[in-house]
Amino acid sequence: MKRVKGGEEGSNGCCSKSSPEACKKVRKELSEAPEAVLARDASEYDWSRLPQELLLHIFQYLPLLDRAYASQVCRGWNQAFHMPELWRCFEFELNQPASSYLKATHPDLIKQIIKRHSNHLQYVSFKVDSSTESAEAACDILSQLVNCSLKTLGLISTARPSFMEVPKSHFISALTVVFVNSKSLSSLKIDDTPVDDPSLKVLVANNSDTLKLLKMSSCPHVSPAGILCVADQCHGLRELALNYHLLSDELLLALSSEKHVHLEHLRIDVVSENPGQHFHTIKKSSWDAMVRHSPKFNLVMYFFLYEDEFGPFFNEEIPVTHLYFGRSVSKEVLGRVGLHCPRLVELVVCANGLRPLDEELIRIAKHCTQLSAIGLGECEVSCSAFVEFVKMCGRRLSQLSIMEEVLIPDHKYSLDEIHWEVSKHLGRVWFPDMMPTW
Amino acid sequence: MVVNSVHWFRKGLRLHDNPALQEALNGADTVRCVYILDPWFAGAANVGINRWRFLLEALEDLDCSLKKLNSRLFVVRGQPTEVFPRLFKEWNVTRLTFEYDPEPYGKERDGAIIKMAQEFGVETVVRNSHTLYNLDRIIEMNNNSPPLTFKRFQTIVSRLELPRRPLPAITQQQMESCQRKIGDNHDQLYSIPSLEELGFRTERLPPAVWRGGESEALDRLSKHLDKKVWVASVEHTRVNKCSLYASPTGLSPYLRFGCLSCRVLYYNLRELYMKLRKRCSPPLSLFGQLLWREFFYTAATNNPNFDRMEGNPICVQIPWDQNPEALAKWAEGRTGFPWIDAIMTQLRQEGWIHHLARHAVACFLTRGDLWISWVSGMKVFEELLLDADWSVNAGSWMWLSCSAFFQQFFHCYCPVGFGRRTDPSGDYIRRYIPILKDFPNRYIYEPWNAPESVQKAANCVVGVDYPKPMVNHAESSRLNIERMKQVYQQLSHYRGLSLLASVPTIQEEAEPPMTDESQTSSGPDSPHRDPADDEAAGSSTVPDSSTSAPPQDKEDPAHCCHSHQVSAHSPCTSTGSPAPLSCHSPHDRSKPSSPSSSCHTMSPSPSPSTQTSPRRSSSSRKERRSQRQKARHACSSSARENKREVEEERMEEEVEDSEERMEEEAAEQLQ
Repeated sequence: MKRVKGGEEGSNGCCSKSSPEACKKVRKELSEAPEAVLARDASEYDWSRLPQELLLHIFQYLPLLDRAYASQVCRGWNQAFHMPELWRCFEFELNQPASSYLKATHPDLIKQIIKRHSNHLQYVSFKVDSSTESAEAACDILSQLVNCSLKTLGLISTARPSFMEVPKSHFISALTVVFVNSKSLSSLKIDDTPVDDPSLKVLVANNSDTLKLLKMSSCPHVSPAGILCVADQCHGLRELALNYHLLSDELLLALSSEKHVHLEHLRIDVVSENPGQHFHTIKKSSWDAMVRHSPKFNLVMYFFLYEDEFGPFFNEEIPVTHLYFGRSVSKEVLGRVGLHCPRLVELVVCANGLRPLDEELIRIAKHCTQLSAIGLGECEVSCSAFVEFVKMCGRRLSQLSIMEEVLIPDHKYSLDEIHWEVSKHLGRVWFPDMMPTW
Repeated sequence: MVVNSVHWFRKGLRLHDNPALQEALNGADTVRCVYILDPWFAGAANVGINRWRFLLEALEDLDCSLKKLNSRLFVVRGQPTEVFPRLFKEWNVTRLTFEYDPEPYGKERDGAIIKMAQEFGVETVVRNSHTLYNLDRIIEMNNNSPPLTFKRFQTIVSRLELPRRPLPAITQQQMESCQRKIGDNHDQLYSIPSLEELGFRTERLPPAVWRGGESEALDRLSKHLDKKVWVASVEHTRVNKCSLYASPTGLSPYLRFGCLSCRVLYYNLRELYMKLRKRCSPPLSLFGQLLWREFFYTAATNNPNFDRMEGNPICVQIPWDQNPEALAKWAEGRTGFPWIDAIMTQLRQEGWIHHLARHAVACFLTRGDLWISWVSGMKVFEELLLDADWSVNAGSWMWLSCSAFFQQFFHCYCPVGFGRRTDPSGDYIRRYIPILKDFPNRYIYEPWNAPESVQKAANCVVGVDYPKPMVNHAESSRLNIERMKQVYQQLSHYRGLSLLASVPTIQEEAEPPMTDESQTSSGPDSPHRDPADDEAAGSSTVPDSSTSAPPQDKEDPAHCCHSHQVSAHSPCTSTGSPAPLSCHSPHDRSKPSSPSSSCHTMSPSPSPSTQTSPRRSSSSRKERRSQRQKARHACSSSARENKREVEEERMEEEVEDSEERMEEEAAEQLQ
């Protein structure tokens, strides 16, 4: 069976712990006595006597649909089809034909799972398209998962944030079913949903010992107090993603308390709702406490701001490691980044004004000694400043993505020469990114 | 024996550098030039009025040039499969010639016609002149799969001999020897149809900005070259606001319809460069646009699903939204973003927009703002864009929507900032969206941010006279970058935090492309060959001709397609259907990450297809994994025992890995 794994419709959740021992055993058998195998008449094979563990292993490689077909072959295979190992992990794909090109998980299958396998489910995600119906269907399924104990739950909107359109009470009651029943949730991804403070309290009350990961970017109904409650109670929390308006000095201090494990990732989205919005500042001492407590933690920041909203940012040292500017960012702010971001590992600038970024880049190369990835979109840099930047960073630049138009030829380098020069300093072949001329 | 030739025009609407037409004339007693067109089909097809007008003008021009040679163009109404049997009998045809069409649909159509001609005892002569190179040769040189990066493509091209030199236009003398009398009823039977006959309404149709035809093309070519001399930079010219307008030196529609030979353009540029740069051999970048065209033709030639997401082995499966209303706003220039709307208006009115403008609207429709499938955008371009070629159009859309060819997806164009950088005063917008003409420069790209008093003073209130922006760009770019990251992380099996690293890199043996010095034939010093030589070369040594036989790969399209799928080896090619999105599980990572490797695990015998280009398959993985894979690939060509050992070893490694990672991965799934 050479079918590519997951290559067919309904390939959801075709995965659970493999049993390589079993596989190895078969392999050995085959290799030790090939003649014997060949000599035997094919009719002597009795497929139905294939040990369950082998069948299980094979089934793990099959897309769901093929497994379903196979389950109709005989009783033994049908039993194998329902083995709990095959149902630990499942991805519900909820799409409407009118709003998505992708196929959806069949409703009958969903019924089956709820009826026969909900107690086996551990790692569950819901992928919903842009329609409200799909998000509501996801909530309906969630509210039926009463006897399951999930470790992982992900609510993923693949096109638009459609969970935001579900009536809040419906969403909350579905989500709390999982929170209350699971008791051992360790990972929860609920970006772009109407989750609120009271439901987070339920989460904390039932899962505080196990929660390690919480992603809730753009959840407008959560307040800074709501997330603080999570940080105070869930001491095992290692990864957290939220919007800047939920970030506070108190939160950072709570995360760096003695009882708390080391934080690994903190992701902050800084999004402006309307032009000219004012943003609060975070004290340097809070960040310092965070770094002292978790010296290796990654701080990932995505900025989607107008140029004039950057006032409160980068005036003091900040332990940011991954920095992404989704809209235009001024030369001046990039200059401050060069001064105040000593832990910077990755920098992506989607757009900048009309002036070249020469000095700013060189400053960043000088001060950000960890920098290993940079991407520049609608910006301008002179070829010689760019070469200088690459020379200063040298081979630690493992990702270097610059649009061809960004580079302005000057007296030292033309566009055709620059890739040689840059490749030389990087120690590998490098080219600027291009877009087709058509 | 009497030779009665028919030359079948499709693209290649020209008399210069037309090797198939030369073949038609070669020793023939009569020659007829035909163009086949089905007026009923024409009206129904998804092609806009500007494109039809351009085509009809090109046919007029062709007829006009043929008249000067005492011949005519025969426009025959109907479908090729119905028309040819009739013509073969009526005209006693013995030879049929046409230009090679590299596109899958064209290859299929031509295969059928060649077979039919054979049945009628008609010899067919096919010559390649729509592309610079023989595409099959490029594919062959890239281990039998089309290059998936432009750099790789350039590398291959730089190893090829120079394109064949163009042939001169056919002459009166040539034509005279195979003259036949034109019937009195020619205009009645074979005239070029009017737009009205095709079902278009032409009242209030503004004059064409781009006039179709070979004469116009050659005229533009000389202006194009003069301009290159004038700006004294034969290479990159930076884009300014003038670039946004239709230019009298633009050539792309003429290349599309073959009114201008790409080889003529190639050699003119080359010679100009060498004249200006004192015999210095030109860099490949000089031929940028020609090579991009070639690149997409190569990628598409064996992939009949090149123009769709489903079943297209090189296309990443992205969960685009279906939103007909939003699509219509985009297509009709009602997005509320003046920059986008101006571009779409120019496209609809004139049939051409600058390539940066194409990038802007394509990005906006797909991964930038609206999250609508590139296929919908491609169809709109197909209708409106004069130079839309099946391959180039689909390929460019895939490129710009980051659906193929391994693009960094953070390169998004802002619908406000990008235009402002190109044309700060917004004159371009004022020209195409006159309602906004009185807005001050400061707000012309974002009129919704203008204070009410300013809007009133400009006689244009946003929300009343001009639409409000249909999306919040900041919000949609935040969402879309996350979506793209999700898609790409699953492709690359990358779980880290880096945005840039989530795009799989494909280092198709990235050698720097050289100047075309490395190309073999006629170096800068070689004397210019006289036309006779060229002609001889054209007809005798053509590597790309296929006389009386279907194109090679015609015979077994299934096979071509298969080898294409397997050997392309990129993560997105491997799964084909929506799989890349549909299954990522906590345990995914402990399993072999590429289908080729899962083949190894599952099937006891090495599958030959997995060995085609090991380097490329492994390069996109993390180092450790790629090391292992290399080892495996290396051993798959050696003894089987070895292979098994390595596999077992690998499996053990993976067991350890998988156990360690159980917990960790459950969490990582949600990144």
